[in-house]
Order: sequence, then C-alpha cells, then structure tokens
Amino acid sequence: MSNITNDEVDVVIVGLGWAGSIMAIELAKEGLKVRALERGPDRPPEDFAYPKPADQYAYAIKNKVFATPRDAALTVRYNDSETALPTRKWGAFAPGTGVGGSGLHWTGVLIRPTTTDLKLKTYADHAYKRGSLDPDMRIKDFPFSWEEIEPFYDKFDKICGLSGTTGNLKGVIQPGGDPFEGPRSSPYPLPALHDTYNSSLFAATAKKMGYHPFPNPSANVSQAWTNPYGAQLAPCNYCGYCSKYPCLNYSKASPQTTILDVVKRMPNFSYRANANVIRVDLHADKKTAKGVTYIDENKNEVFQPAKIVILSSFQFANVRLMMLSGIGQIYNPLTETGTIGRNYAFLSNGDATLFFKDKHFNPFATAGATGEMFNDISPGNFEDGIKLGFIGGAKIHSSQATGAPIGTSLPKGTPGWGKGWKEGMVDWYGRSMKIGITTTCQSYRGHHLDLDPNYKDPWGQPLLRMTFDWRQNELKLQRYLRDIVLGIAKELGPDSISENFLALDSHWDITKYVSTHNVGGAIMGDSPRDSALNRYLQSWDVHNVFVPGGNAFPQNFQANPTATIGAITLFAAEAIKNQYLKNPGPLVQV
Amino acid sequence: MSKDKFSPSRRTILMATAAAVPLVSVPVYRAARADGLEGVELAQYQPVFFSAAEWQFLLAACDRLIPAEGRGPGALETNVPVFIDQQLHNGLGDDVYMAGPHKADAPSTLGFQGTFTPQQSYRTGIKLAQQVAQQKHGKPFEQLAPADKDALLTALQKNEIVFADLGEPGLKASSFFNQMLGDAKNGYLADPMYGGNKDMKAWVAIGFPGARAAYTEWVDQHNVKYPLGPVSVSGKRA
Repeated sequence: MSNITNDEVDVVIVGLGWAGSIMAIELAKEGLKVRALERGPDRPPEDFAYPKPADQYAYAIKNKVFATPRDAALTVRYNDSETALPTRKWGAFAPGTGVGGSGLHWTGVLIRPTTTDLKLKTYADHAYKRGSLDPDMRIKDFPFSWEEIEPFYDKFDKICGLSGTTGNLKGVIQPGGDPFEGPRSSPYPLPALHDTYNSSLFAATAKKMGYHPFPNPSANVSQAWTNPYGAQLAPCNYCGYCSKYPCLNYSKASPQTTILDVVKRMPNFSYRANANVIRVDLHADKKTAKGVTYIDENKNEVFQPAKIVILSSFQFANVRLMMLSGIGQIYNPLTETGTIGRNYAFLSNGDATLFFKDKHFNPFATAGATGEMFNDISPGNFEDGIKLGFIGGAKIHSSQATGAPIGTSLPKGTPGWGKGWKEGMVDWYGRSMKIGITTTCQSYRGHHLDLDPNYKDPWGQPLLRMTFDWRQNELKLQRYLRDIVLGIAKELGPDSISENFLALDSHWDITKYVSTHNVGGAIMGDSPRDSALNRYLQSWDVHNVFVPGGNAFPQNFQANPTATIGAITLFAAEAIKNQYLKNPGPLVQV
Repeated sequence: MSKDKFSPSRRTILMATAAAVPLVSVPVYRAARADGLEGVELAQYQPVFFSAAEWQFLLAACDRLIPAEGRGPGALETNVPVFIDQQLHNGLGDDVYMAGPHKADAPSTLGFQGTFTPQQSYRTGIKLAQQVAQQKHGKPFEQLAPADKDALLTALQKNEIVFADLGEPGLKASSFFNQMLGDAKNGYLADPMYGGNKDMKAWVAIGFPGARAAYTEWVDQHNVKYPLGPVSVSGKRA
C-alpha cells in the first residue's frame, strides 16, 4: 500500500449512478474538469448484450449487479434501546454498485410525486386537526415550489424518454392519464407501453369501480428515442428481464444508455472504477473540502484534490460518508440536535395474488414498468385518512415487472416441496396476477441513521446504523389499502386469492424485499437547524460539498424516487453552473 | 406432460450408478459431454464439493424434495444435485456479511444472523440427519422408504430434530433444510448453464420460454397461451 496524490480536478463525483452521471455531464458540458470515482466495477454496455442478462439465477437471485452485503451491509434495530444487527444478506432492499449504480437494474417506473407530496407539511397543517397525528412525526415540505422544480422533472423525463399518457398538461386534465398529477409543461415524450393482460383486467375493473387508472409511467421506452444529450434508446421488446437486470435491448433508461456513452467521449471527463472513497478531506476550519481519499483496486490510498465534491452514491452511503468525514453534526433524537441522519424513511408494500385456472397471463412477455396504477388514494385526493387519523396513501397498481419462474406464487395450501409443489408449479405458473400497493412513509423523531459502535466494513470503518420500525400511522394506512385491494380483487372473480399485508402489530421484516426506495438521512430544507442540505443540495456546513440522492427527501411519497432524484440533481447542477462557479460560497443565506 | 416419463426403475439405476463412482480428484467436466454442465449425465457426474457419502444423502433428499412421481420432471431427472454441488464449490454465500459478534436469539424479522456458511450448513446438516436416520431406523437416509424419508425431512423443516441436542447449537435443522430446499428449487428452475434444469425439462413442464427475451408481438395476445418452447442462454432449444 502506498500513498498517491492525483492531479487536481474542478469536480470530483463520488458514485456514478443516476445522480453522479447527471452531475458529470452537466458540469463537464460547462467545461469543468470532472472525475468520477465509483466504488464498484465498470459495467460497460457490451456486458449486457443479448442474451446475457436473461438469467434469473445470476441477476435476480444472486444479485449479480448489486453491492454485496459483505462490502456494504448496514446494521438495523427497531428502537434506540436495542443493539443493532447487520444486514448479513439483502432482504427488504438491495442497493446497487458499479458504474450505473441502482440505475442499471431499476425497474424503470418514472413517476413524479404530486404537488401535495412536495408540500406535505403544509397540507397536513391545513387538513388535519392539531394533535390528530403522531406527535413524533417530522414531515416537512420540499424547499422549492412546483413551478421551480417542474422544468427539471421535464428535462429528466426527456433524458429518459418517459413513455406514458399525459394526465395534466399546463393545468388541463387529459383523458387516460393521471388526473391527480401536477401540471406538466410538456406532454410525455413517448406514448405508453402496451398493457399486459393483468394490467388491462385491473384497469378495466378499477375504472368501473370509479378509480382513475393510467399506464405506469415508464423509462422502458415504447418507441425509439433520441434524448437531449444525443443518446439513443431502442423500443422495448418486452423481454421480461428488467427489475434487477441490466437491459439487454438498449431500451431501459440507465446512466449507461442515456448519459455515460456521451460523457465518456468528452476529454475533460474521466472516471475510475473500483475506487472506494473512504472520506471527504476537509480543511482545518471544516468549512470547505479539499478533495476525497479513496482506496484503489491495488489497495493504494489515493488523495484526489478537487474544488467541488459531489457525493452521489446510494442514499445511506452518502449519509455515512458525511458522518465518516465530519461534515455537519450527527443527529441525536433525544435532543433533536444535529442534522446528519435525521428523517430516515423507508416504505411498505402489500399485495393480493389472484389465481385463475382458465387464464394465461404469459408473465414473461413484459417490461419492467408495464402495468396500470391509480393515485386516487394519495394525500389530498381522499378524505378517509383525515377521518381515520392517518396521513398518507399509495399508488395502487397491477404491474408485471418480471415473469421468470424462481419464486412463483402458488395458491394457499400448495405444499412447499414434494409432488404437490412440483404439480403446483405445472398447474399455476403463468396463471396468476398481482394487485399491489406502494405506500407513503412518514419520517419520525426516532427513525434515524448514525454510526454503529460494534460492526465494521472490510476497510475497518464503522457500518451505518439504521433505527426504524413501522408506526401506527403506516400500519393503519396498510389496513385501509388492504380493503381497497381486496375489493378490486374480488370483483375480478379469481379462483383463489392470497394476500400479503401488514397487521397492526407488525414489525419491519428486513428479510422480505420491498423496494430500494430508502430515503432521508441528509435532507434538504430551509434551515441548517433541521436539515443537512439547502434547496440546491449544498451542505449547510461545507459549502463545496453537494449531496444529490434520495437522502435529500424529508419523507417518502408513494411515487418511485428516481424521477425526483433526477429532477433535484438537475436543479442543483443548474445552481452550481449559474451561481456557485461565479461566487463560491453558501447559495442560501440564513 | 406425459405421465411418469421418468420411471422409478431408471431413477434407481441412476442413483446406484452414482453411488458406485469413487470420489477422485478430476476436473468435473471430464465425464460430461462437450457442452459442459448442460450435458452432464448425473450417473457419471463426480461431485467436487460433496464427499461420496454426502452425495448419496443429497441425491436421496433432492429426490424427495422434487420427486419423479406425478406431473413434471423430478430433481434427479433435471440434475438438481449437480447444480447444488457446483454452486457450493463455486463459493455460494461468499457475498454474506459474516463478521461478529453474532446474536443467537435475534428476532427472525432481522434476518440471517447465523455463523454457518452454506458449505458448513450442508456438511453439518447431512452428518446430523444421517445420525438421526441411523438412530431411528438403523440405516442411512438414502436407504429409507420414501415415507420415512419424507418424515425425516419434515422433522428437519419443523425443527422437530433439534441439532442442539445432537451437539450442534450453532445451526438449526430448519436452516439447513431451507438452504437445501431453496437451492433445489433454484437448480430446478435456473438456466441449465449452472448444471440443473437439464434439457430445460422444468421450463417445458411449466411453460416458461427461458431466454427468448423478445415478445413485442405477444404482449397484446391476451389470454392466449404462448406457443414456443424454451431456449437457454447458450442458445439450445428444448
């Protein structure tokens, strides 16, 4: 092991997923010397040529393009009085690693939160009687207006070739789209994907029952698309390998397909794979960073000097790196002081599986984002939450992200092994559909992140510790949504239904996959008292450090996070280009 | 699917032949056809992770977890034990975070907190299961009647066999059983390049087309059974 110092760059980017790639191209186009450091391996598109990703065991079971728990575990406990234990195997979530990050293997549902989701605190204060919600709830507004952020959602939609049906164009509700979406400045770039059988059955029934279903907004493109950077995407061929897989058809928007092919050709951009950043190096006064230190693939410790540091790794990796580097103060839930680690939130799923002995769903003929959903049960769109004492909602959907056979759902009562299991597979593979919920999840005083005192990573640094469990607000919401889902399921008349929803006494089960929509921990806000970042994702404490990612969300909404990660990253990149470069310093004065 | 394409008599022969093969240190593909793991004949396969005695247990256990009887092929007809042996040999589970301290009584909702790698789990689990078979029936697991085999596997699954009572407090019987069952199902349904799902027989039985991965014309064919059989990543057709 030796100590190496690299040539100085204008911008160092830590983590080359969606946020890192967006920052890379936007700042490189500005003429800055940009270098990205990615902890995991390089993942060039040729690695994913047909038919290599068509391999469920490697990608979906053995997590071929994910971070391993061996290298990236964190510890989990339900409350502050417990000793946290490591996530020794991935379960509820599974972060990516390598070039492209989680953006390489995401499902491709590219949906915006509603205008209410971005101003949830304002809505709660207006709609709920004082004291009717959990007093430990710490929900907040996003620190920008819809009008300010919308152009950046619009730009990211165009980067990805968003396919779907417009619901609200400049305030005018459009037929077939989501009537609850915020006003769009331009229509969806491409038409919706085709519906699979399950989604068309679901949509027809939901509509009959008075809901407003619309096709899942998709970054698996429905037609050929050339994006604003000049990158080209091919029409999705419904290959069936999407969620947890890299795209074998150049159809799913990923950092590789939409940005990296372009930015890699720019002489002022470079990147290093297998470069594991272990800290941000600060000047003595802790007000600015001088660069970052990483361990390279030969185990050398390398210092990378830089004028601007972008932390754009996964949500909890960003939070941990801030803590390991002494950027800001770690949150203490007892005193509610400190800003790094507060407002962590996950989310819950639930579903009903409907079995039909006389229907063929051909579940393998699908795209990651095929499906139909409705937003009728989301904050501001229904009154029952206020009456029943919970805040939140869900997108309710029938999606078919993949149809590969390992893990096939079988009707209740089917044996888990032996002749009964085998014949169950023969009888029921391809004969079921799911109706699911993806819920909001609020933030609370006691849900937070800090550094674990007992467990370390292979480089000797403490693991991040997560303190989280279900609260009654989220569990009551689950029970409410369950009734709606089962109502639709029964209307469809299946031969049998099995269900999977949380009970009012459920603890968070980290063994069952939900999603990788972990948010918060280094949130954006209006004040350095209770947020880590200002509205431009700039650290309140160290002004040349910007931290784009899901870490910036003050709570979780029912929409998938990628559209918002893209939009806030573009918003921050614009502020760096137009304001910070001219006058380096805090972009928001308090 | 025709009934009992794979007759019990052929299965008996398969297992007996496998038993007769001595464990020697040879590259695993030597006895196989030129197409590597996809072409292996179970009777000629020489395990690279399991000992000869352990292999007999594994063959017999897989034959009950996914038996030959009834509709659909069984685990032996589809080379499921080959898959498991190859996966263990190639480091299955080496992505797990194993650093201590370990908490034995952690709630199950916080996930795996054990100290046994999959390899150690099989080694210990097979040894203790054989010990129970000897104590209870006076013969090894593979020589038991099918109903006795199923009863013993069920007792492992339900932790009615307590490994701690047999001197191994660090491993639950159910944990060993679930590892083996999960691996058997993976081997049954994975691409044949990993050694199981021989000739894509499991995919044919359930109607999964494998790595075809192009259905532009089929997404709109609602409630019509897809007509084509599977292809593998290596390009073979069933």
